[in-house]
Amino acid sequence: MNHDAYPDNYIRGILNSVKSIAMVGASPVNVRPSYFAFKYLMQRGYDMIPVNPGHVGKELLGKPFVASLSDIGRPVDMIDIFRNSSHIMPVVEEALTLDPLPKVIWMQLGARDDAAAAKAESVGIKVVMNRCPKIEYGRLSSEISWMGVNSRTLSSKRAPAPTQGMRLSLNRMSVGGGNTAASDRAAKNKSEQS
Amino acid sequence: MSDRLPGFSTLAVHAGAQPDPTTGARATPIYQTTSFVFNDADHAASLFGLQAFGNIYTRIGNPTNAVLEERVAALEGGTAALAVASGHAAQVVVLQQLLQPGDEFIAARKLYGGSINQFTHAFKSFGWNVVWADPDDIASFERAVTPRTKAIFIESIANPAGSITDIEAISTVARKAGVPLIVDNTLASPYLIRPIDHGADIVVHSLTKFLGGHGNSLGGIIVDAGTFDWSTGGKYPMLSEPRPEYHGIRLQETFGNFAFAIACRVLGLRDLGPALSPFNAFMILTGIETLPLRMQKHCDNAKAVAEYLAGHPAVASVNYAGLPSDKYNQLARKYAPRGAGAVFTFSLKGGYDAGVSLVSKLQLFSHLANVGDTRSLVIHPASTTHSQLDDAAKIKSGAGPDVVRLSIGIEDKEDLIADLEQALGA
Repeated sequence: MNHDAYPDNYIRGILNSVKSIAMVGASPVNVRPSYFAFKYLMQRGYDMIPVNPGHVGKELLGKPFVASLSDIGRPVDMIDIFRNSSHIMPVVEEALTLDPLPKVIWMQLGARDDAAAAKAESVGIKVVMNRCPKIEYGRLSSEISWMGVNSRTLSSKRAPAPTQGMRLSLNRMSVGGGNTAASDRAAKNKSEQS
Repeated sequence: MSDRLPGFSTLAVHAGAQPDPTTGARATPIYQTTSFVFNDADHAASLFGLQAFGNIYTRIGNPTNAVLEERVAALEGGTAALAVASGHAAQVVVLQQLLQPGDEFIAARKLYGGSINQFTHAFKSFGWNVVWADPDDIASFERAVTPRTKAIFIESIANPAGSITDIEAISTVARKAGVPLIVDNTLASPYLIRPIDHGADIVVHSLTKFLGGHGNSLGGIIVDAGTFDWSTGGKYPMLSEPRPEYHGIRLQETFGNFAFAIACRVLGLRDLGPALSPFNAFMILTGIETLPLRMQKHCDNAKAVAEYLAGHPAVASVNYAGLPSDKYNQLARKYAPRGAGAVFTFSLKGGYDAGVSLVSKLQLFSHLANVGDTRSLVIHPASTTHSQLDDAAKIKSGAGPDVVRLSIGIEDKEDLIADLEQALGA
């Protein structure tokens, strides 16, 4: 996979197929990006599991924190890593010990580790780096258009108004533009320096 | 679903718009409302905390305006956009995110006169200091860079003479200086030039001109290219530092490659207040649907009129980059191969009196201070917009006593030429 530019179909396929998401580095602080993403993905019907050893014994929006991936105790489809690029590899290594393996490893906006990605891909796991699943879900459903963001999609179909807990259709026609090359480059440079 | 990319005309009609979820209305409805109800207290808190996508109050966002924003972002190839009340408002909101009092920005000397005024006088009282550079001398931009420089501002096609700016060369200077390049793309529209393809980080427009295109509605817009890394060196604290207005959110970290557009919305528009009326957004959206058709006709007509004027015995010179003999013709071929725009100047051998006489005799051309209308427009700067300046200052700003500016509309070109013929002849 070319990690500098993902085809919409790749992202769409992942978000349409995964049901459970373990979020490593999930924060209970409600101004942190991980909190935003956790809450949104839960509202869009994903089975969310917060992973953060610092908050075991507490809950995030009603879901109990676990200390590590191996403490989840059931299969998960996707691992969403909210850690800096330099902390990615140990999480991926732990993910590779799970049985069954996760189908997807997703690294958050600003996080990129090409060596860790290669390791995961070598055992058939799909990898996304330097993207936010909330932003991508909002973009492909066009819900993010409320904020003036270029969804890079079109549709002539009448879609229902989004309500709480509703899964949205991500199957819209894709459009060009919305270059992400510069932010990808910045994340890559940061991970190489660290 | 395929990743096939639709063309510009398809985007001009469809981008951002889909049938209304509630009524099925196919044209974008005018959501003429100040505010939007919340589902419950948690939904309200999520919206105010920027955690959820949705509408709160029309000063922050509106569904009609959102369609306009996404459409222009798509046409320019940006990640997001923010519509505001005017082109001038767009400039204030952009620079508010970039400059602290005492900072500098470099601007091309050849700009719309209103922008020169805004930068020189209004922004001075905010402590934002403009440093002028010459777009015909790229090295003058490099020389103007200091540690306080926070941005570079240029027009793609510059008012009033329609000269073409070497966007790529200036973007190289901006990249080297580590500052964003802001391009005012009003006179080109994305149909002729897409500045982001040439290195722009931010694009601004007066929507009032060719994008709206019908001379009926004011508006402005800011497009985020998503290309600038705001996190380096703490130079852009509005983007990189925790924002007290939002309990410590860092906008770049949270919104990634559209953080600048979000900053303009939640820090700029929210607090400065220049919101666009949804009715104006609707009018401008309707205009944009025909942008490719109109813009081509504007350019074709302008070229025909410029060629006619260049051969007229009463005309001393014509400044139109679409003419092969023009100083900017090479740049026009590179940046605007479909046409060099429709705003240009020419000068009359008869000087000031001939200019006044021409304007008074024209029957189709309207004498007014706007450009980018379906109607052809004329202004004699020396007797109107620039009449307060002395002769030397008039000449320096491209508004000498003999200069007339035209904005060519989409009428039949034969009628425009006939009108000029009768007004120049008698």
